[in-house]
Amino acid sequence: MTVTKYWQAINQALHEEMARDDSVIVIGEDVAAPGGPFAATKGLLESFGPDRVRDTPISEAAIVGAALGAAMAGYRPVVEVMFLDFVTVAMDQVVNQAAKVSYMSAGNFSAPMVIRSICASGRRTGPQHAQNLEAWLAHVPGLKVVWGSTPADAKALLKAAIRDDGPVYVIESLAEWSTRAEVAEGEEIVPIGSAAVRHEGEDLTVVTWGGAAPRVATAVDLVHDVSVEVIDLRTISPWDRETVLGSVRKTGRLLVVHDAVVEFGVGAEIAATVATECFDQLRAPVRRLGAPYAPAPFAPQLEEAYLPHPEAITREITRTVQTVRNAS
Amino acid sequence: MSSAVDGADTGALTTDPTTDLHEAGPELVQLLTPEGERVDHARFTFGAGLSAEEEAERIRGFYRDMALVRRLDVEATALQRHGELGLWAQLLGQEAAQIGAGRALRPQDFVFPTYREHGVAWCRGVDPVELLGLFRGVDQGAWDPKANNFGLYTIVIGAQTLHAVGYAMGVQRDGHVGTGDPERDTAVVAHFGDGASSQGDVNEAFVFAASYNAPVVFFCQNNQWAISEPIERQTRIPLYQRAKGFGFPGVRVDGNDVLATHAVMEAALQRARDGQGPTFVEAYTYRMGAHTTTDDPTRYRLSDELEQWKLKDPIERVKAYLTRNGLVDQAFLAEVDEEAEALGRRLREGCHALPDPHVLDVFDQVYAEQTEELAEQKAGYAAYLDTFEPEAAR
Ligand SMILES: Cc1ncc(C[n+]2csc(CCOP(=O)(O)OP(=O)(O)O)c2C)c(N)n1
Ligand SMILES: [Mg+2]
Repeated sequence: MTVTKYWQAINQALHEEMARDDSVIVIGEDVAAPGGPFAATKGLLESFGPDRVRDTPISEAAIVGAALGAAMAGYRPVVEVMFLDFVTVAMDQVVNQAAKVSYMSAGNFSAPMVIRSICASGRRTGPQHAQNLEAWLAHVPGLKVVWGSTPADAKALLKAAIRDDGPVYVIESLAEWSTRAEVAEGEEIVPIGSAAVRHEGEDLTVVTWGGAAPRVATAVDLVHDVSVEVIDLRTISPWDRETVLGSVRKTGRLLVVHDAVVEFGVGAEIAATVATECFDQLRAPVRRLGAPYAPAPFAPQLEEAYLPHPEAITREITRTVQTVRNAS
Repeated sequence: MSSAVDGADTGALTTDPTTDLHEAGPELVQLLTPEGERVDHARFTFGAGLSAEEEAERIRGFYRDMALVRRLDVEATALQRHGELGLWAQLLGQEAAQIGAGRALRPQDFVFPTYREHGVAWCRGVDPVELLGLFRGVDQGAWDPKANNFGLYTIVIGAQTLHAVGYAMGVQRDGHVGTGDPERDTAVVAHFGDGASSQGDVNEAFVFAASYNAPVVFFCQNNQWAISEPIERQTRIPLYQRAKGFGFPGVRVDGNDVLATHAVMEAALQRARDGQGPTFVEAYTYRMGAHTTTDDPTRYRLSDELEQWKLKDPIERVKAYLTRNGLVDQAFLAEVDEEAEALGRRLREGCHALPDPHVLDVFDQVYAEQTEELAEQKAGYAAYLDTFEPEAAR
């Protein structure tokens, strides 16, 4: 174990996987010569050469589409779409093509490819750089979506994604870019689809992921009178139903906290599943906390208010636990 | 070289050898050399129909514009360094391209900018403090595009080129093209960069513009770089030559020559207003600064290149021309310097005075009309804020 920054963990995963498997290639804008807009691909060009590490013309549709073609030819492309917001430009290639190639070729073709994007939420980058679009991606059958909130998970999930035989979307948090934590050197894979219980508790289950996870951790430290179980989903799709449902069966209460707008979000999927599967154990209505139904603002003080901050999370925890069923 | 496999002669398919993209080439339209000498061009002239004094006045105006927008750029960069702006995209080195293009516009023309068009904004009369508001993050872009016919800054690369084409199609349908009335006939400008030329949106904009013969000028500032990627990552041929394949004329102009840029843009805009359709103008220039204030160009380019381009500085050549020909005196130059100082002060003060946005602003203007759902969320959030200490929360 070494203390490693979030971006360095991503960088290590890329170095290790490229060294392990010759079919792994990296393409994207600014990934080669400067080592990535935020250094995630630093040193790859020097270690693996311009054949396997390529800067591309400025076209996300072409980057993703060409990666899919390369995947059909047997490569394992890891493409970088600089900000999650820019995948909108490549949505046909992601949604209609990569996610469906296995299904539409009777399994004869597969797309063992990874798309990495930064989510810059919380870094005052405004409406077209700071969107949390995981629900869009998770809504597409055929596509897996992962999002590590710690350096160790960012690394392990990226490695798992590269080894996966289908398309995986890997979201990375710019807000955590310089966060340091212990990371294993070499092999440690977090299987796709497995959540992490960050904190055990009895009264309430909080499910979170991505950019919201660190703020949930802060909030839980501030709560003393409620025993909170915190689950970091890590994989958005397919999500770890067993861990979440098991926890809610124990606590009887669920709060979902995410940075995306609440409406039509991943929280709704979890809430609906819990409502169905845990009907008998629920002691309070399932609650969701996220951003208002509005685009992300530029201003730091506005964005701080826009995203669920620790104070808002602790209040929601208290509110959920204090809700009592009317006797009828 | 040709090879024959099964009778196929690949020699028939060879192209011309790749052009050196780092040479401006003989096609470059230039009217003022880097040394400040006026030169003639077979097709483009600057100042046709102007008296000598009117022409000199024009060129002094360009000098003043360029000096002031450079000052604007320096000031905004400094404000960012002092934490007053979240980000700034520098225009350093592109003053001539932007002032030449901006000053060729008529009031009724409409401009769709990228995020770097501060010089064009200047020509259109947008208050630069409003540009600072966007980069300070107090708003998302608050100038009214209709007030100065200058659109909003576009951050997602290339999207605005399609808006320009659609706007131009609207102008065309409104009958504001080819009437011969100089107050009425309208052109639209789509600004974009060399990097953007690779985007699907931009190429689709070309197709639409050609298909409808839309009154639009595609003004590409080829500043040689797209963040860290050099021009040869985007193209194998000079960009202006692509226009031919789409079916409209392309011109390469010296983007560091304000006279040539103005002359070429004047012609391209008039062509659009006359109803003759789109033109691609490639302004060959150089991004002398970083991509934005968060970028460090020493990671990917040699300082040699920058030194070479410094010799082609867009402002110095105009100054040399004006001074050498006795068209300005020291008093004029000193006056521009003072004006630049005053602008700098105004920008600093204006930036500091920009009002902080209110947290509840987040809920406004999301839809054309406030929805019930958002009104409720806004009221709920206001009630939530009221539970905190009044000053602490607001
Ligand atoms: C769709 C999209 N992809 C990527 C980016 C990130 N990005 C911002 S500016 C830029 C380079 C653009 O280069 P160019 O078009 O030459 O314009 P310049 O910055 O040189 O003025 C890139 C890739 C973006 N904003 N939008
Ligand atoms: Mg450029």
